[in-house]
Amino acid sequence: MDRLLVSPSPHIHSKTSTKSLMRDVVIALLPAVIVSIVFYGWKELLVISVSVLSCVLLESLITRYMLRKPDTICDWSAAVTGVLLALNLPPTTPWWVVLIGAAVAIGVAKMTFGGLGQNVFNPALVGRVFLLISFPTYMTHWEIPQGLFGLDAVTGATPLGVIKEGLMQGGDVAGIMAENGYSYSQMLLANIGGSAGEASAIALLVGFVYLLVRKVIKPWITLSVLGTVAVVSLIFSLIDPAQYTGPLFNLLSGGMILGACFMATDYVTSPMSTKGGIVFGVGIGFITLMIRYFGAYPEGMSFAILIMNSTVPLLNRWFHQKKYGRA
Amino acid sequence: MARRTFSIGGVHPADSKISRDCRIEALPLPPTVYISVAQHIGAPAVPVVAPGDKVKVGQVIAEPGGFMSAYIHSSVSGTVKSIGPRKDLAGNLQTYVEIAVEGDEWLETIDRTETVVTTIPEDPKAIIEKIKLGGVVGLGGATFPTHVKLSPPPGKKCEMLIINGCECEPYLTSDFRTLLEKGEQVIIGTAIIKRSLGVGKATIAIEDNKPEAIAHIESLLEKFKAESDSYSGIEVMSLMKKYPEGGEKQLIDAVMRRQVKSGGLPIDVGAVVQNVATALAVYDAVQKNKPLIDNSVTVTGECFPRQANLLVRVGTPLNFIIDHLGGMPADTAKVISGGPMMGKAIANLEASTLKGTGALLFLTGEQTRRKPESNCIRCGKCADACPMGLEPYLLNRLYKAGDTDALEENAVQDCIQCGCCLYSCPAYIPLLDNISLARGQVMGIMKARAAAARAAAEAQKSNK
Amino acid sequence: MTTTIILTAAIITGLGLLLAVALYLVAQRFKVEEDPRIGQVEKAMPGANCGGCGFAGCHAFAEAAVKASNLDDIFCPVGGNPTMKQVASILGYEVREKAPMVAVLRCAGTCANRPVVNEYDGVMSCKVKAALYAGDTLCRFGCLGCGDCVAACSFGAIKMDPETGLPSFDESKCTGCGSCVKACPKGLVELRAKGPRGMRVYVSCRNKEKGPAVKKACSAACIGCGICEKTCTHDAVHVVDNVAVIDYAKCKLCRECEAMCPTGAIHAVNFPKPLDKDAVKARVQERQKKAREAAAAAKAATQMKEVQSNG
Repeated sequence: MDRLLVSPSPHIHSKTSTKSLMRDVVIALLPAVIVSIVFYGWKELLVISVSVLSCVLLESLITRYMLRKPDTICDWSAAVTGVLLALNLPPTTPWWVVLIGAAVAIGVAKMTFGGLGQNVFNPALVGRVFLLISFPTYMTHWEIPQGLFGLDAVTGATPLGVIKEGLMQGGDVAGIMAENGYSYSQMLLANIGGSAGEASAIALLVGFVYLLVRKVIKPWITLSVLGTVAVVSLIFSLIDPAQYTGPLFNLLSGGMILGACFMATDYVTSPMSTKGGIVFGVGIGFITLMIRYFGAYPEGMSFAILIMNSTVPLLNRWFHQKKYGRA
Repeated sequence: MARRTFSIGGVHPADSKISRDCRIEALPLPPTVYISVAQHIGAPAVPVVAPGDKVKVGQVIAEPGGFMSAYIHSSVSGTVKSIGPRKDLAGNLQTYVEIAVEGDEWLETIDRTETVVTTIPEDPKAIIEKIKLGGVVGLGGATFPTHVKLSPPPGKKCEMLIINGCECEPYLTSDFRTLLEKGEQVIIGTAIIKRSLGVGKATIAIEDNKPEAIAHIESLLEKFKAESDSYSGIEVMSLMKKYPEGGEKQLIDAVMRRQVKSGGLPIDVGAVVQNVATALAVYDAVQKNKPLIDNSVTVTGECFPRQANLLVRVGTPLNFIIDHLGGMPADTAKVISGGPMMGKAIANLEASTLKGTGALLFLTGEQTRRKPESNCIRCGKCADACPMGLEPYLLNRLYKAGDTDALEENAVQDCIQCGCCLYSCPAYIPLLDNISLARGQVMGIMKARAAAARAAAEAQKSNK
Repeated sequence: MTTTIILTAAIITGLGLLLAVALYLVAQRFKVEEDPRIGQVEKAMPGANCGGCGFAGCHAFAEAAVKASNLDDIFCPVGGNPTMKQVASILGYEVREKAPMVAVLRCAGTCANRPVVNEYDGVMSCKVKAALYAGDTLCRFGCLGCGDCVAACSFGAIKMDPETGLPSFDESKCTGCGSCVKACPKGLVELRAKGPRGMRVYVSCRNKEKGPAVKKACSAACIGCGICEKTCTHDAVHVVDNVAVIDYAKCKLCRECEAMCPTGAIHAVNFPKPLDKDAVKARVQERQKKAREAAAAAKAATQMKEVQSNG
């Protein structure tokens, strides 16, 4: 103690750090990861491992050798991107496609902007949308869950895809759902066709509650996304139940829970203020439904989030905190 | 029932009140005291003694140097050795009166008995004059001369007196001990201040992490109210523990549900806030003729060998206090005057205590050393934590861009420097360091502009 | 198919033309008339926008130069005399040449010279540190070492030297713009005349405290003893507030003060030969001795005269 430290106040710090926050997100995603591995088997394990490892490795290589800065992989953010990307891909995705997705997510969407905190768009979603456009065959044929020790996998389309297809052929929503044997309880628990992260809404919600309890995120963005989807789809399905799917179906399908709980709430690419977050969430919900109802793609969550990501700087400018003594 | 607290922001640091069970004990007299003439906000006091003079405890050694200033009294008896510059706890020069201690001889006018004087003087003017002569200043941190605060500008009316017993900073326990051990005096002091302001209502606000203090004061109040009318209108309010509840603006929001306008004073919304320790000092000055010559100081820290709440004479060298309690532990990295959120790091342990020194806190490197800064992840935690509703991340960015106009627009001047933003930033960005500097710059610009506007208005008047 | 292509091309072309006309009209409508000389002057400027001239940037400088009736108070320190000659020829004014300036650090408190008693742990900003406390050493006046001057320099002329803990100035890159002077909260950077072939002598200390305290704080500090003032035969050195200051306009670069300084606070740079301290010291002492003797003799003479006149 020969030299006393001197610094401006405060002299203590909360235990929260970037690292602890990101680690909490990974922990929150673990239930979904475990469920997806149980349902989809070793293929899913491969997708997740390749995704996480390549994200982390790429970030390390880029920071060290291209940006020549200290390595940032210890902050766990690359791992978060890796897990989210993996959960956004079908379990049947070949490893090299996953690798390309990770390269786009980390290399293009994150590091070219300056790394963590600087990117405009959610890296995992950029990776996913890049793959969706580049490799539609791999990305639109989904595996019907067969279990970790299941028999040969059966591939098919997602519920959203099936319904879109059916509607185009002149069917109606209820008929198509009955024909394919979809039930809401099945969608909630697990076992529907889709990307790995869509497998179980319950597992995702468990992780979401963990994040809320740990005060990593606030619920407003998620609630406003889900609320908007519920209200808007209710209105549409009341207008024409044969043409438009209802709220429950929309909430439980197409990565809605994954997107609303984990992708839209990404710190970097969501607004700072609560008010801004609510507007952001309403935008995501509305755009998603518009794409689902009227767009060419059966699923609109990724596009909706990316579109709303681009409005975040504006939302931050428009919506501010309520200030003390300035009514 | 929802626990009452202020409405915007705030953080919940660990309580760490490890010295809460230590009774206030008097520190032995040091061989020499160094009493600063600048122990309050405003003009420094002017020394009225000369080297060689003999002084007694309680004797005036410096008189107010202006309207916003305060009397300074000798805290010991002995001989004035010198009057001159010495390094303060930041290493900057300040004028000090050096007094060699000889015995402990008090002025005869001071009532040193333990009797509690409950009858309160009638005349508000006489009370305020006594407070002024007692050299009482706000002991909540700002050391604002109390007699100035108790004389609201004409046209402003006080509706409620708030006695601040929140002690929301971690580690600090001196106010808590004062409430427990000197509860009667604090209540009488409250009643005195209440009368001097001519206000009907007074609230003693205490955070609910101090249930013993709340219960104790409530039971005492009941007794006092039964005995005399002077104590009616005084209530205890329990507030939810949250930092910075003891901030003047936050406390007014919590207790009165009113917010002071930017640039305004508490009296604008009818509030006057005084600290618990100030209430005690007012009691001493008015009822006992004892000027502010000592105050209780919490000496604490996990690494420190002995936790204590000490009654310390003003001007006691910090080294003397530390040595009395067993010396500085080897793993101490930082010594703080005050709490860990808003206290000042001490650069010079040869400095001495001031009237406003409320605590000495010892922290290890592990507890206090800043971690390397990383990229902002735009989590918004700083904005959630800011009790003034500011956006620290934005202010930090604007400061770096040098955009003073935008800084003013985004209310950097409202910052109360509570430290919540830096405390909660997961990327360890030195937000408050930069914002404090930006705040100073913007306030300088605003002052210059106001002065220019005044000058222009006067010029126009004289032209007409 | 063909019609589609033609139609598309026609629409795009038409739209382009329409917008071009609109743009032209708007540009005409909102055209700001500006003295063409402002553009010419701005072109002659270095374009660093450093603000060293006191204006917001090179454009603001050009505006001010065109508005002014002479160039007496307007000078671009970065471009120096050549730039000012150009500006003068554009505007038809007379040019007043100025000696080129260079920034020097008036602190020699290296890690070796100043014992460190505190350690700073806040944001790397001298301004923040200065507002907080006196500094990590016992010297309240010395360099804080957080590099505000480094950040302020637009020309990359200043670097922190990790060994000394002080900034080092690269005078080949320094333009004398004065940004660092403004940036230093302790006022330790001074612009001085570069001097013939870069040779200059200055006091590298600003400690205003009295001798003993200064000596304790830093071994290379000016203790305000005044020997330099007595040594200087050109009236260039004066002790003000316990610190010696050398007036570069009067300094003849004789280096006598440097040789006589007991702490080495007086620095001389870019001299071709190292100073032979002992020789200069002996010379100065000899001269001072003679002067004393002469003074004594003169005094004796006047006394004699007085005695005589009285008697």
